Amino acid sequence: MSIEEQIKKSAELLDSHTAEMIKWHFSPETGSSFWLDWAKEQDWNPLEEVSTFSDLCQKFPNFQDEWLRDLPNEVWVPQAYKGKPFNIFETGGTTGMPKQRIGWDDFRIDYTAFSETLSDEHFPRDHYWMMVGPTGPRRLRLAIEHLANERGCSCYFVDLDPRWVKRLIASKQFDQARAYMDHAVDQALTILKHRSVSALFTTPKLLEALAERKDLIRAGIKGVFCGGTTMDKQYARFLVEEVCEGGKIGFVPTYGNTLMGLARHHPIGPENDYSIAYYAPQPRAVLRVIDPESNKPVEYDTWGRVELTTMTKEFFMPRFLERDEALRRKPWSEAPWDGVAEVRPFGAMEKNIVEGVY
Amino acid sequence: MSVPHIPCLRFGEAYRSFNESEVNDYRDGSPKATLSQVNAGIIRRDLVQIGKAREALARFSTRELVDISAQAGDLFLNEDLPLGEGSMQSAQDYLETLSSTSGLPHVMVKRNMDKIHYALTHVELILNGLTRGINFDILDQGHGEQAGAPVCFYPTTDALGLVMPSNSPAVNSLWLPSIALKIPIVMKPGREEPWTPFRLIQAFIAAGCPKEAFGFYPTDHEGAADILRLCDRALIFGDKSTTDLYAGDPGVQVHGPGFSKILIGDDEIENWPDYIDVMASSISDNGGRSCVNASAVIVPKYSKEIADALGKRLGPLKPLPVDDPNAVLSGFANPKMGEWIDAALDADFAGSGASDATEPYRDGSRLVKAEGGTYLRPTIAHCESMEHPLSNREFLCPYASVVEVPQEEMLRAIGPTLVVTAITQDEGFKKQLLRASNVERLNIGPLSTMKISWDQPHEGNMFEFLYKRRSIGVAA
Repeated sequence: MSIEEQIKKSAELLDSHTAEMIKWHFSPETGSSFWLDWAKEQDWNPLEEVSTFSDLCQKFPNFQDEWLRDLPNEVWVPQAYKGKPFNIFETGGTTGMPKQRIGWDDFRIDYTAFSETLSDEHFPRDHYWMMVGPTGPRRLRLAIEHLANERGCSCYFVDLDPRWVKRLIASKQFDQARAYMDHAVDQALTILKHRSVSALFTTPKLLEALAERKDLIRAGIKGVFCGGTTMDKQYARFLVEEVCEGGKIGFVPTYGNTLMGLARHHPIGPENDYSIAYYAPQPRAVLRVIDPESNKPVEYDTWGRVELTTMTKEFFMPRFLERDEALRRKPWSEAPWDGVAEVRPFGAMEKNIVEGVY
Repeated sequence: MSVPHIPCLRFGEAYRSFNESEVNDYRDGSPKATLSQVNAGIIRRDLVQIGKAREALARFSTRELVDISAQAGDLFLNEDLPLGEGSMQSAQDYLETLSSTSGLPHVMVKRNMDKIHYALTHVELILNGLTRGINFDILDQGHGEQAGAPVCFYPTTDALGLVMPSNSPAVNSLWLPSIALKIPIVMKPGREEPWTPFRLIQAFIAAGCPKEAFGFYPTDHEGAADILRLCDRALIFGDKSTTDLYAGDPGVQVHGPGFSKILIGDDEIENWPDYIDVMASSISDNGGRSCVNASAVIVPKYSKEIADALGKRLGPLKPLPVDDPNAVLSGFANPKMGEWIDAALDADFAGSGASDATEPYRDGSRLVKAEGGTYLRPTIAHCESMEHPLSNREFLCPYASVVEVPQEEMLRAIGPTLVVTAITQDEGFKKQLLRASNVERLNIGPLSTMKISWDQPHEGNMFEFLYKRRSIGVAA
């Protein structure tokens, strides 16, 4: 099938998925009280006016993430899930009340799908993984364990609280931030010393720190699955060429959060100047790179604001403006829809953003 | 002509980063070069392997490295040397380009080049001063006999870390002896002044020095902090807020403001008109940008008259074309810095206790846009006491205060001072000066504060910084 045909087919799938999700979330038998109440306050009816993804983008305003912080979790429970205990996952929350997303099986579905994108060479089956990074109330902890299990593996965990790191850095306690990072790295090295591990999930900074203190190849690491912070071209190149020794360790950068799931990356290397492009797990989640003023995608290979739409039976979140900006990239055969590349905090060129080790 | 790209150097090998900064003309902001910016992780990884740079230098004798340094000095001063990827830079290109990005007039760049050339061609003299005459064979072997006593030295570090400034090219002369002392360098160049260290490194390599000895890493704050943290010995240049962070760290030699001063004793004060020349040159040479520029004149009396005379001498100075041999003032690579200094001076003059002695002679404002750039014309502040905030300040321009302090209180009042020129013949005062612990370099008599001796370190002894002595016994 040509790429054009693939793009057309995926767009059709997205439209039909959108129609299905609108029907689900705005029907009294299945929808959540939040969206049913919200629809009542509008002078238009989503069930009648949204049958494609383009309709959704035209009709829905930007999702307000404060709703996830200010409203009780029950309002997000779709009728179809009523009475089933849910997981509560948090995002952000350096200070004050964090935003929360509830869920049941989405993380399993998302990460099972993501497993298909990993190679057995770098992420061998039936072995051991280790996650060094934010666990706590994040979806990531369960998701990574599920992903490992999905591949027949079990996973060790070393926690790192990014909220604390951000506070340390914001208050210029750099020594404390470093000591905390060393504390996490020490624990990870102890696991590597005493246990056999073949795959790592961690943040780029922690990966660097681990590699500075341990020869990861000799330690048996075959693949690294990395996400959490900005990776510009230079940094990605450094991680691939030097930390992962030019491909001896498979390097899989990811872009994801509690609200989306996990976006896969287009292979990177000298041929594309290590510019990392991510592709959302469409149709369950859609990433657009837009001009927020016009609500239209920017031209390919130009900068715009990242907008996320999540549409699963458990969660509906139309047109949430992420705090990131990115380059819009063209579809490719393995993900025939738009990608987002060189993601960085919105306004990163104008001001310093506290990211720390996370 | 295309804009050259200056790469990072990792063990002397060019590495082009995807992240680049620009080095711009101080007048119109046009790019004169792009500069590879590397992430701190690259520096940390290279430092793990820094032993190979040490080994490369260790294959040479000190004598050979002294000779290489001398040859590098000639190449630096006169020859075409590589600049970035595939392009070459003549000495004249270097002079003009550095002038165009630093704001230093050609005549000052040339003086800085001559200073660096002198330092490189006199490394033997410098090492003699630093080591107090230790034979090169002892340095090569690590031990031997000196003046009838056994001596043994070991290096305190595998690399000398350098976080360089952008204000004055000649500060590079400080690290030059490190190569002959067989200690590689790991440098973050000044953001606006990559030219001089890059050219010096190329001169060393062209003269036969192993390229592995040179790490040149344009980088961010994290990278700079890692250089200082991970090299066991490092130099940092910066303003007081930067240097205060590392004060007290024995591994970091801090080069900040010098607060250099001229003191006139009771015995010579009646002759003050004879010393206006030395005061004026101490304040204004090199555009007033050096830590050895005088930033205060402390006298027992006639402060108003001296301030007025200095105002009359320096106040009329104006920016001149960069290629004018009489140019005294430097433009600001960052115009905001000039604006900030001007505003800070105005704010401090607005209060009581100080007056601008240059204003009557300046014929216009202090901050001027001229010759396409931003300049600050000289400022002499007459301060009523050392309590005034302008009495002990240093700015990146010709600036000095003139303050009356009784001779017996001078040494206490001046605080930590890099260079003191004391104009006195009073033996008692001289004894006090010689005993003063707050003065790094002491000139006795009417010598410019800018006059330093290459064989006497005025700010830390590089040999004692890079090597330590230990006792040794060797079985016969």
